[in-house]
Amino acid sequence: MIFAIEVAIGGLLVGVMYSLVALGFVLIYKSSGVFNFAQGDMTLFAALALVGFLTIFPLWLAILAALVLMIALAIAIEAIVLRPLVARPPLALFMATIGLGFLLQGIGQGIWGTDPKGLNIGISDIPFEVKGLMVSQFDLVGAALSGALVFGLVWFFQKSRTGRALRAVSDDHEAALSVGIALNKAWAITWAISGVVALVAGIMWGSRLGVQFSLSLIALKALPVLILGGIDSIPGAIIAGLVVGASENLAEVFVGPYVGGGIQTFFPYLLALLVLWFKPYGMFGREIIERV
Amino acid sequence: MLQVEDIHISFGVLKALNGVSLEIHKGEILAIIGPNGAGKTSLVNVINGVYSPAQGHIFFEDKDLTIMPHHNIAALGIARTFQNVALFKGMTVLDNIMVGRNLKMRSNFFAQGIYWGFAQREEIRHREVVERVIDWLEIEHIRKTPAGMLPYGLQKRVELGRALAAEPKLLLLDEPMAGMNLEEKEDIARFILDANEELETTIALIEHDMGVVMDISDRVVVLDYGDKIGEGTPGEIRNNAKVIKAYLGTAALK
Repeated sequence: MIFAIEVAIGGLLVGVMYSLVALGFVLIYKSSGVFNFAQGDMTLFAALALVGFLTIFPLWLAILAALVLMIALAIAIEAIVLRPLVARPPLALFMATIGLGFLLQGIGQGIWGTDPKGLNIGISDIPFEVKGLMVSQFDLVGAALSGALVFGLVWFFQKSRTGRALRAVSDDHEAALSVGIALNKAWAITWAISGVVALVAGIMWGSRLGVQFSLSLIALKALPVLILGGIDSIPGAIIAGLVVGASENLAEVFVGPYVGGGIQTFFPYLLALLVLWFKPYGMFGREIIERV
Repeated sequence: MLQVEDIHISFGVLKALNGVSLEIHKGEILAIIGPNGAGKTSLVNVINGVYSPAQGHIFFEDKDLTIMPHHNIAALGIARTFQNVALFKGMTVLDNIMVGRNLKMRSNFFAQGIYWGFAQREEIRHREVVERVIDWLEIEHIRKTPAGMLPYGLQKRVELGRALAAEPKLLLLDEPMAGMNLEEKEDIARFILDANEELETTIALIEHDMGVVMDISDRVVVLDYGDKIGEGTPGEIRNNAKVIKAYLGTAALK
């Protein structure tokens, strides 16, 4: 029993970090209706940049430099990629983000190299014991940081004036323009936020898995989270991240041995498919009812 | 207050507005009427900056609106509602109307982030104005309801509230009473008259209900197939031969 709880806790902690990656997608989807295919590559790019900065700066300055770089990148993306595509069908924007993903991958690896790099931000990976339960210290810190960021963002979106304006943009472009919200500014802010989310995800996952090309595949872990939670729901991303994290861990440990193991990678997709049967917009997604 | 000068707009071969000129005077209620497809909504859209005209200019307090980015027009004091209700459907009524107030708020991004001092006081101050708008429109009971879940008539009312929260100088209303029953129409007509008298808002509205138009407007402009075919007081319009022809069709006159 204790082992099962340990497995579940381990899964939940990892799940918070899944939520973080998923949140990057949700933010952009909500504000511009675009599925940002480049989110994984942004995560890789941010981690690569951080590792690069670490060779010349101390940790805090390197993180700050990476932060500034991601915000500058967001502003550039808005001006170069998004603005010319205003009022185009969402598919055009989606294709643009695919291109953007390859570009970021290429540029990042071009500057900082393709060899796997370690990223050490000074959190020890030694598990510790709470009332007989072994908990990974690294996962705990990662979950706490991700959790704080997630709740900070939710609060910002719900309570602040800019957050309210960003939600308005996501809801109806024309109405947002009519009350004087500048769409390009709103998009730049959203992409900057998702760039920051990518950086934090890059730090957490980079120091867990190492910084290399495969880091961009972390986005694949976010897909079932998005399907489960609903692609336009921030609380959905949080809860679905936890569900995916805990359930894949439990499934791997308790079901895995009977089917030969390795089910962790596809179990979340199975779960997502199941949810799609009953809730096609995800657990918390906004259901779009069209009159026919 | 606002001069529309020789505006042309076409969508492909269809001429939506064909050299329309008109003026909106400070403090009046101007009704824009005309059969379906006459170009009424196009006119509102071009004033509001949704469309750029192929030819012509629009001056609002001597500033040319046709060369301005769309989102800057609200800041001059022009608010609008939409024919097909464009509310932020996932947001509460309160948040919808707060967004209308957006331009009046000044606190910067970082102050809001920590919700501290000025940002907090500002939020509270504007919240008071918004609560007054809500009281005034008699929608207190639905403040926390997501706008998308409301019945159509109430959505129209919330949209009016969002526009009024900006304290506009000029309010453009695109069919504010469409699809409403008599009682709801009377409510909206009363809000429009009150906004005009108490808040001194200049109002231009598109409306199909001739009874309402004749009752509340100071002047009426009639469009037909992109041309202005009449302009005057409700009394003059009622007796304008061209207008009667456009509304009843040529067949009826034969």
